[in-house]
Amino acid sequence: MNILGKRYILFGFSLLIIIPGLIIMFTRGIPLSIDFKGGSLLEVKFDAAQPAPGEILDVYDASGIKDSQVQTSDSGSFIIRSEFMQNETRDAVLTALTAKFGKLEIVRFDSVGPSIGEQVTSRGTLAVIVSSLLVVLFIAWSFRGVQNAFRYGICAILAMIHDVAIIFAITAYGSLLFGWEIDALFLTALLTVIGFSMQDTIVVFDRIRENMSIYRRLDFEALVNHSIVQTLQRSINTQLMTVEFLLLALIMFGGATLQEFASILLIGLMSGTYSSIFIAAPILVLWENREWEKWFKPKALAG
Amino acid sequence: MDGENTRMLRNLTNRLLLIGLVLMLAIWVDTNEIVQIPNPFKDDGSPLFQVDVKPRLGLDLQGGLQVLLEADIADDVKVSREEMETARNIVENRTNALGVSENIIQLAGERRIVGEFPGAEDTDAILDIIQQTGLLEFVDTGTYAPSEGSTLQTDFLPGSSTPQTPADGTTVFHTIMTGNVLQGVNVSVTQTGEPAIDFVLNSEGAAIFAEHTSANTGKYLAIVLDKQVISAPIIESAITGGQGSISGNFTPETANALAVQLRYGSLPIPLKVVETRIIGPTLGEDSLQKSLVAGLVGFVIVALFMIIYYRLPGLSAVLSILAYAAILYAVFKLIGVTLTLPGIAGIMLSTGSALDANILIFERLKEELRSGRSLRQAFDQAWKRAWPSIRDSNVAALITAVILFWFGSSFGATIVKGFSFTLAIGVIISLFSSLFITQSFLALLFNIVKPTNYERSMGI
Repeated sequence: MNILGKRYILFGFSLLIIIPGLIIMFTRGIPLSIDFKGGSLLEVKFDAAQPAPGEILDVYDASGIKDSQVQTSDSGSFIIRSEFMQNETRDAVLTALTAKFGKLEIVRFDSVGPSIGEQVTSRGTLAVIVSSLLVVLFIAWSFRGVQNAFRYGICAILAMIHDVAIIFAITAYGSLLFGWEIDALFLTALLTVIGFSMQDTIVVFDRIRENMSIYRRLDFEALVNHSIVQTLQRSINTQLMTVEFLLLALIMFGGATLQEFASILLIGLMSGTYSSIFIAAPILVLWENREWEKWFKPKALAG
Repeated sequence: MDGENTRMLRNLTNRLLLIGLVLMLAIWVDTNEIVQIPNPFKDDGSPLFQVDVKPRLGLDLQGGLQVLLEADIADDVKVSREEMETARNIVENRTNALGVSENIIQLAGERRIVGEFPGAEDTDAILDIIQQTGLLEFVDTGTYAPSEGSTLQTDFLPGSSTPQTPADGTTVFHTIMTGNVLQGVNVSVTQTGEPAIDFVLNSEGAAIFAEHTSANTGKYLAIVLDKQVISAPIIESAITGGQGSISGNFTPETANALAVQLRYGSLPIPLKVVETRIIGPTLGEDSLQKSLVAGLVGFVIVALFMIIYYRLPGLSAVLSILAYAAILYAVFKLIGVTLTLPGIAGIMLSTGSALDANILIFERLKEELRSGRSLRQAFDQAWKRAWPSIRDSNVAALITAVILFWFGSSFGATIVKGFSFTLAIGVIISLFSSLFITQSFLALLFNIVKPTNYERSMGI
């Protein structure tokens, strides 16, 4: 099985998913939840009445609260997002809602100041950078026995960046289709995928490391390809059968709170496996062959 | 194949005994709310060892209230760590007094405090008591000696009164002065060697105190913080110098704690509520039920897959995953981890990691068998050769979990923290499970079955 020979097709496939997603993200703006933006989120459930979302918006407008949007949840409650509300404002709105639609139950009320959002974002970015650096260092140390140990770390990070890009692209599609938002759980999913992307890449790289001491005379590309084929069964079984089963069950049977989280995690972990085989290892070969020197000479591209 | 070659793991009996012991302990913790060992040398039934291992459910599973408090002072004014820690203690003491269980009050960053009250229903009462300034009162209780920790109704009502549930037949006592007359508080040692608390009053307080103590010698003067009696000493003599001493049944620790409480009776820094989250318990219950079902369905599919695809090794992996789950749950209960939905996600992922390790090993086992090694050799090689990749990939996962935990604790994002904590513990236990338990179980299975047909027993 020659996987590496098709590496440019595989790179192209990934870019086909990533680029439109990123374009959506940058043209429409990143859909941030109030975890990041700050504001208020009120979820109410009415005992008897089932008003149209527009009618609830009217109540908000009458109370002088701007930027509100109403979503219905599958349990029959209403999720109302708006600019920041003080407790007094909330009580006023609740009174107005009760007066108009009858008895209600508060399912959720979140008020998040925008300062928290800034802290989350900066801390999150910092956490990603720090953990990436540590993992690069760890891989370089763990692979110290082979030539160009640092490359393995860098390639693992490139595969990880690929997975992060995939997640953002998928979230952009999700925001377009299902109204997904980037929230704190998204961060958790993102950071998990980063960890597992590394874990998966390391398994493939470990096989390359092992094979290097066994097949000393084999050319690097053939050796990497052989290592990929050897670990393929494990990759498919672990990712597609086990982790995915658990997450798939969570998406299908789990509570609504976790569905977006589980979906992103599922795609992210699939991408983690995909990238360790089809991105990280091919880049390693690309680097070894210094292929970028041939990129602008059309004849050599066929590789 | 000769008999000697088919026996796996020379120390298998010891290994199985160890696993059995660990599992028994785990199941003991799993199935009880309190674990205790009775003291054989005492007849009064006092336990030698007792730990409360009630399962703790987080806010999202149980519903409740999360409050984010912030120091209400200008951004450029620095808040000291001690001040925040004191404020945290005060908030904790106050909310504990409300009888809300499983409160978690944590410092978050340099000027924030996160309070979590799972299962809390009367959220207004919690918000009220947190936002209170912290009122220290000197209360005249006459000849009545209130017990420490009891609640007193006093006639001093600051701006907004707090909703206290009065005990039956409570009388309202007179507050002679409040904590704003205290100038200094110190712990000292009396002539008999017992710790006592010395305090200095300002001139206004000194005057009131002098007048009251000279008129009420021999009566009780209760020192009350937020309506709760800290201490109720007898006025031994008239105190006119604006200084006083509280003696009682103090240990150096309790004296110090009381001094701190007196010193910081009111919050050292004003706190404002930045964020409140009210989560309806129904939402949590719904999510919990569904996620449990999801986890169960997922596990059954995984178990079936493992057994059908890997046969005997698959069976040992499923058994070892079950053991892993029992141990993990016991560890969580012992440490007192509060389980949240992201925490459960972390558990599921570490379970995936445990399965991955098993799969790595079994694929190696198959490879070694295909290359013509004996069962015994392949068995030894599988673990040995899968180890470097299991080690490296799990260390990478641990690095990420640690960074996440640090990231989560630094700003109070408890979801991220819960996830990373369960992930880290899960990864560690999964290593024990895949490297030790699976190996022992598989050795036992091989010893019992003595497989010769690899296609049927190993799926090759």
